[in-house]
Amino acid sequence: MTSGGIRRSFTAAATLALASFGSVVHAAPGPWQLNMQRGESTWSQVPYHLNNISLAVCTVIGILVFGAMFIAMFRFRKSRGAVAEKWSHNTMVEVVWTTIPVVILVVLAYLATGGLTSWADTTGSQMTVKVTGYQWKWRYDYVDYQGKPIDKVGFMSKLDTQSDRTRQLGSGMDPFAVKVGDESTYLLNVDNPLVVPVDTKIRFVITSGDVIHSWWVPATGWKLDAIPGIINAAWANFQTPGTYRGQCAELCGQDHGFMPIVVVVKSKADFAAWLAGQQAKSAAPAAAPAAASSAAAPQTSQAAPVADTAKQG
Amino acid sequence: MSYAATHDHHDDHHGAPKGFFQRWCMSTNHKDIGTLYLVFALTMFFIGGSFAMLIRAELFKPGMQLMQPYFFNQLTTMHALVMIFGAIMPAFVGLGNWMIPLMVGAPDMALPRMNNLSFWILPFAFLLMLSTLFMPGGGPAGGWTLYPPLSLQSDSLAYVVFAVHLMGISSIMGAINIIATILNMRAPGMELLKMPVFVWSWLITAFLLIAVMPVLAGAVTMLLTDKYFGTNFFNPGGGGDPVLYQHIFWFFGHPEVYIMILPAFGIISEIVPTFARKPIFGYKAMVFAIASIAFLSFIVWAHHMFAVGLPLGAEIFFMYATMLIAVPTGVKVFNWVATIWGSSMTFETPMLFAIAFIILFTIGGFSGLMLALVPADFQYHDTYFVVAHFHYVLVTGALFAIIAASYYWLPKWTGNMYSEFWGKVHFWNSVIWVNVLFFPQHFLGLAGMPRRIPDYNVAFANFNMISSIGGFLFGATQLIFIGVLIHCAFFSKKKATDRVWEGARGLEWTVPSPAPHHTFEVPPVIHDDELAHGHVND
Repeated sequence: MTSGGIRRSFTAAATLALASFGSVVHAAPGPWQLNMQRGESTWSQVPYHLNNISLAVCTVIGILVFGAMFIAMFRFRKSRGAVAEKWSHNTMVEVVWTTIPVVILVVLAYLATGGLTSWADTTGSQMTVKVTGYQWKWRYDYVDYQGKPIDKVGFMSKLDTQSDRTRQLGSGMDPFAVKVGDESTYLLNVDNPLVVPVDTKIRFVITSGDVIHSWWVPATGWKLDAIPGIINAAWANFQTPGTYRGQCAELCGQDHGFMPIVVVVKSKADFAAWLAGQQAKSAAPAAAPAAASSAAAPQTSQAAPVADTAKQG
Repeated sequence: MSYAATHDHHDDHHGAPKGFFQRWCMSTNHKDIGTLYLVFALTMFFIGGSFAMLIRAELFKPGMQLMQPYFFNQLTTMHALVMIFGAIMPAFVGLGNWMIPLMVGAPDMALPRMNNLSFWILPFAFLLMLSTLFMPGGGPAGGWTLYPPLSLQSDSLAYVVFAVHLMGISSIMGAINIIATILNMRAPGMELLKMPVFVWSWLITAFLLIAVMPVLAGAVTMLLTDKYFGTNFFNPGGGGDPVLYQHIFWFFGHPEVYIMILPAFGIISEIVPTFARKPIFGYKAMVFAIASIAFLSFIVWAHHMFAVGLPLGAEIFFMYATMLIAVPTGVKVFNWVATIWGSSMTFETPMLFAIAFIILFTIGGFSGLMLALVPADFQYHDTYFVVAHFHYVLVTGALFAIIAASYYWLPKWTGNMYSEFWGKVHFWNSVIWVNVLFFPQHFLGLAGMPRRIPDYNVAFANFNMISSIGGFLFGATQLIFIGVLIHCAFFSKKKATDRVWEGARGLEWTVPSPAPHHTFEVPPVIHDDELAHGHVND
């Protein structure tokens, strides 16, 4: 965003007004969470600040308008002997309350436009990952990293077995018991997470193999639809190593609620080692049939037992 | 005044037909058809509401308890289709049918036989659509927006498409009728800029309907031919484009949103001055605001599509155009507040619902403004934040206005006063539980819960349970409404006066209560001071 002073002053006001809302940063949703998470990528601050600023603006306008209404409802009651006045027009007032919203909107539009322009700029990325949505799983293909093409590193990513067993109708299993460490991961965990390096501008090219899905990791600050026949692009630059969880955000059929996204952000050294391991694995012929069978049968039940090889960092 | 002066010589030789079939099925009377529309809308409101109860029951706690995910998707899809096309829109048409001729001094709608047809299409359309729930393969489950390619996977697509065609035909005929009535049937002296704001809002809404219902019909027909006749409008495998459907759909869909709220603006603009005993502030600005909102509604459609990957220029254009709508909408809210400032208010049930409308609709407007900011929308889009937003504008907006209008005109329709006590019980329960129902959904969306999911991470458990409790109680509260309506229509001993409300102005209050089967057979003599907006110089 290129809007220095205005943004900072609004941000300061918003931060004060919303201290109770905005003070906790979440990488995954938490119980009783009230506000949007700040996110962990360089750009994710933009929606977070816009959200807080516009919420603050709306709160102030709301207090003024609703305050005026409550004062009117108290003062101008017939039961208190109020007598109705006859006026029904005041040009001055009408001009004022048309102009002030326009000014506020111009400021908001200015902030939003700056943020949007930076989001749309995918140039200068150091890595490309192709994301393909299927009913009801994701496929990740690594296209290039640091200017070098990557061959044959790609895999399907679908709901983890523990969540999948628990979510079956009448399973009798407790969703609260689905955990990785002390983090509740019910419906937010996968067998094979997307692994990416920290501090790298990653270009995601997103498409779909069947119906429309939407790839959404709140920590990136954006979601983007995965549409068959169309390749969309967006970027993220994660600032902190960690595990970031998201979900499909476009209704895509019966298991729309059961195709989460997990991004594991590793340090550059760890990522390089992981990538080398993947490349070595894909060079070995034994790995090929497994990948092919899961790609070829997107309609099969996810309840089929699959060895979990989760490698959350 | 005018009614007595012109009608006391008139024999009541043709009242309502005696036979049930003749009276209700063959009716050409705007009041009876209005009643049919309203009863139909109320029925659909409870059917759609029962779907919502099932949805909230499944979402009461994490884990799948009651139904398979596919059935859940059928419920969300049907809930929306039934509420939008079956409850909200027919309710407004019913109110328009009943009140527009009475408000402009016309004896009936301009095209009474078409009026009958446009109503009687609806029950068959909904029978067709609801029957799919009982078929093998079930009902539509791809969301009410019917986005391809997902909607093309549904076995019931043809039923839904034909039902939508029928609803569209009905809406277009209703709109033609309303335009013809307002432009041709006004009593002498009822100039356009003296018309009630409700009539203005319906005139503008009717033009929106005529403009966009054919667009929807075209879009769903293309779905039909894609599925059954081998065309590839939306199939990328054949050179089609799934995003094209979204552009066509939302070119209909966004004006449709205003079709469901503009008449509500009109209703509130009638009720507030009545119970404030003060003329509406800035009548012309109110009418102009409705017209400008209607115009803007045609150039904002892609704000429903910010996440589909539009070009940067398109995102910026649709963001600016969308934000612009806040200006005329703000004018309307400010003018309502100015109307009650310096007034002499009483708080009968219609006024309570109208005031709740102004506050809660404005909250829905605030979240709408936040959604317009594209970068923020990248987070909000397709989450419960959006669900909260559109339920604030549709439930506490459109529905509250319909309920307010029902209480406001019920004495005129039935000749009896409703129970003010039970009306207020209905109001306070509605306004409390609807906020318990929808306000936490803002938090769910911000925390990252997507829409249209039957199950969720345990982090979302608390607010979902609160929301469900609010939902069940809000649903149960509406049974009070039924009780009040039945009591008022059939059992109330308290007769309504012709004027009903002390501050009521306008032609509809000059006819007896209940409004006789035929009114204004001779055009009334209009005195400007009898009209709600008779002395408009602003």
